[in-house]
Amino acid sequence: MTVSQHISATTISHAGKQTGHVKDWVLLIVCLLSTCIGGAALFTLLGYVLVDAAGWLDWQFLTSTTSRFPEKAGIFPALVGSVYMAAMLLPAAMILGIGAAVYLTEYARANWLTKFININIANLAGVPSVVWGLLGLGLFIQLFGMTYGTLLVGSLTMVLLILPVIIIASAEAIKAVPDSLRQAAYGVGATKWQTISRVVFPRALPGILTGTVLSLARALGETAPLIMIGVPTAVFSTPSGPTDKFTTMTMQLFSWSDYPQPEFQYGVLAAGVVTLLVVLLLLNALAIYLRHRFQNKHE
Amino acid sequence: MDSIETANPLLDLTQGVRSGRERLARWMAFICAAVTVLITGGIITVLLVNAAEFFADWPVWDFLTGTKWSPAIEPVEYGVLPLVCGTLIITAGSAIIALPLGVAAAVYLSEYARPRVRAVVKPCLEILAGVPTVVYGYFALVYVTPGLKSVFPTISTFNTLSASIVVGIMIIPFVASISEDAIRAVPKSLRMAGYGLGASKFSVIVRIVIPAAFSGIIASFILALSRAIGETMAVTIAAGQTPRLVNLLNLDETFLRPAETMTAAMVNIGMSDVTGDSLAYRSLFAIGLVLFCMTFLMNILGSWVTSRFREKYE
Repeated sequence: MTVSQHISATTISHAGKQTGHVKDWVLLIVCLLSTCIGGAALFTLLGYVLVDAAGWLDWQFLTSTTSRFPEKAGIFPALVGSVYMAAMLLPAAMILGIGAAVYLTEYARANWLTKFININIANLAGVPSVVWGLLGLGLFIQLFGMTYGTLLVGSLTMVLLILPVIIIASAEAIKAVPDSLRQAAYGVGATKWQTISRVVFPRALPGILTGTVLSLARALGETAPLIMIGVPTAVFSTPSGPTDKFTTMTMQLFSWSDYPQPEFQYGVLAAGVVTLLVVLLLLNALAIYLRHRFQNKHE
Repeated sequence: MDSIETANPLLDLTQGVRSGRERLARWMAFICAAVTVLITGGIITVLLVNAAEFFADWPVWDFLTGTKWSPAIEPVEYGVLPLVCGTLIITAGSAIIALPLGVAAAVYLSEYARPRVRAVVKPCLEILAGVPTVVYGYFALVYVTPGLKSVFPTISTFNTLSASIVVGIMIIPFVASISEDAIRAVPKSLRMAGYGLGASKFSVIVRIVIPAAFSGIIASFILALSRAIGETMAVTIAAGQTPRLVNLLNLDETFLRPAETMTAAMVNIGMSDVTGDSLAYRSLFAIGLVLFCMTFLMNILGSWVTSRFREKYE
């Protein structure tokens, strides 16, 4: 009786140990697979796109306007439109974004107003992009009477859209500057503004630039807000001024996705997707470069 | 005494110049921060004013309870329920994919991965959220749907299943990164206590760490699903533009057929030549208002829960 009890007890505890061990391994494998599966799916899809884009992504594609005929279609006006939009939105978004971040981190006292502004920015970062398009439509076109689908309206709308992202990234970068540096600056008689502009800002710049470049990539990937403000899907010339109509790579891709011919679906579109992703990849590489370069300088 | 008196005005002068510049800098920075409040005010005003004009012609009740959405074809109908139905299908579908994968990835990153592995894996995971949504839509239409055809031969060219899959992939990083924060916030002492009692790693993770981080994991679900609700281009391209109210329990009807989400309906109206004076144009803002309210409430709830778990263990 006692012996059999003892035996069963040991077998149970032994078995328990084994299943515990097996469970440990199963959990590790499940977690590892889950981590990889999304990336694996994305890389598979990217592989398909690259294969399909081969033969379509050439100089002719990059320098032509769009066309009904797949072999003549190109992305040039859309590529230029995206670049112009980025160039126009960048100064305004940086000035407003960094200014707000400096206020919130350096000047603002811990009171209800500051708390309110912070919560507000966090919420703005979660507003769906299509709603930003409605803001652009209601504010710039309805209220200010600007024209549908111009470079100016597109850029202004995108400034508002990426502003919360730039503020959050810049504030993080400024907060990461050690307080001892500020104290040292005050100690040698610097004023608040001198401390911010000559001590804190240079130190925070790499983080700010990284955040800005990444938010620029976000702006270049947006489509829905541009549809709301009436950006045309096909333009045949590059914009010559802020009040000209323009289109972006994302809008061009969206309009091509409506073409049923396989030459578009598995050719022109793939080439367009690769072009867009290469531009975004370059921006991300720039962000990484900026971070490393400045980090090394300070260390 | 003399020297101080002569020095004083000079000192005052420089301080005057300085404090003027100081005040200017402070005010400029404050204005930048205040702009963000104006933006929120702008969004709410634009949505409310235009939606109010829409509701003057089309009663709110008919909008919220109407079962048919047909903004362009006479007789026009503006019932938002079919669009809400489409949004719910895709949000639910993407949740089935993203929630378990995201939490498991968070567990891997916080409990198993070495710091160097984590430093590589985490940015790779973030890439999933960085790919433009129009590209995901293209993937779904051109590669995912034909692939699904071999499993479900009756699947339509536009279907909610492919849209759910790509939206699910897209929101994995949101679930993973917020869940990981929550899991990391669980004190090491709780894990050690578990091991001290002889628990296996499995038991420690499943019985101690995940329950302790539960509120944070829920917050990650809420915030990620709010993204899925607001997602526009992928669902427009992949799921099509057929507003339908379906029996959600009929899975074939639900996932293998086209649908139209609230966001896709907005794109549809935005792409057509509606002018600023028509009812269809103003209905954009009515849907926008519903969408804004839904995501706003979820974001508030999510960040409230997040701040709670951050406080809990500090």
